[in-house]
Amino acid sequence: MSAPASTPSSAYERVAVGDVYQFGSHTFSAEEIKRFAKAFDPQTFHLDEEAAAKSQFGKLAASGWHTTAVMMKLRVAYLTREMEKAAARGEPALRFGPSPGFDDLKWILPVHAGDTLAFTDAIVAKRHSKSRPGWGIVSMMTTAVNQRGETVFSVTGHVFAATGEG
Amino acid sequence: MRYFEDFTPGTVLTLAPRHVTRAEIIAFAAEFDPQPFHLDEQAPASALVGGLIASGWHVSALFMRMICDAFMVDSSSMGSPGITTLKWQKPVRPGDTLSGTCTVLEARRSKSRPEMGIVRFRHEVVNQSGEIVMWLENPILFAARDGGQP
Repeated sequence: MSAPASTPSSAYERVAVGDVYQFGSHTFSAEEIKRFAKAFDPQTFHLDEEAAAKSQFGKLAASGWHTTAVMMKLRVAYLTREMEKAAARGEPALRFGPSPGFDDLKWILPVHAGDTLAFTDAIVAKRHSKSRPGWGIVSMMTTAVNQRGETVFSVTGHVFAATGEG
Repeated sequence: MRYFEDFTPGTVLTLAPRHVTRAEIIAFAAEFDPQPFHLDEQAPASALVGGLIASGWHVSALFMRMICDAFMVDSSSMGSPGITTLKWQKPVRPGDTLSGTCTVLEARRSKSRPEMGIVRFRHEVVNQSGEIVMWLENPILFAARDGGQP
């Protein structure tokens, strides 16, 4: 089944600079903060309430890499839902590749147990890849806002998006 | 225990080798980054990247664990305000062994809070073939041994 003529067929064409979408939210529990920290970031202020109380964070705080992992989890879930909807409309699958990296990542405020972060992407740039024909690089600024409306995190990430169909 | 004063420019800290298994690549991806090329060698998307590859966020989390074991846990770390730039240069695959270095680029005492300093690093993570799989530059805050009374 072919896409309607008005629908761009590639992931790269489908994304426009200026697009903004909220892609999910997550509440961090003390248990998961400690579990992630034990595996990947065993600094005491990520592991233990008493040690955290004496630290600059004042309370148990999530590893910054836990925040980024949750960001990715929510984004993949969102994109999966969007692609399922597109498939149901008979549109071709969108192909995204790996990410070459990111810039300007800021852990602005700590994320504490019980905090709920809502994540938003804003597409800020796109260009054709010089090294990989058939692919473009889309850049997005991601921000996370907590339940008090404070921006706690931001980053400008980049991802490969297919420029051709199929 | 390392304090701000110990991170002088040019200091190179070495990260101990860390083997990466297929099972942990898939477990991390299943929880945080369930894209086909992180989960299944047979997925069509994996063919485009030469087989199963670890999530970049898994590699950065493993890097964090490596610097914790090398020096962060036994330091006066006060956390990091962020990452200036991070590049995932090469895929990390099942069976790879990662190691690396952290080089101090710059160290300056905070003017507003002289009891701590800001240390700017370039970190490089390499695989068993010596290829840089990921590099990043970031500042990390450390309390000063002298408590702000140099």
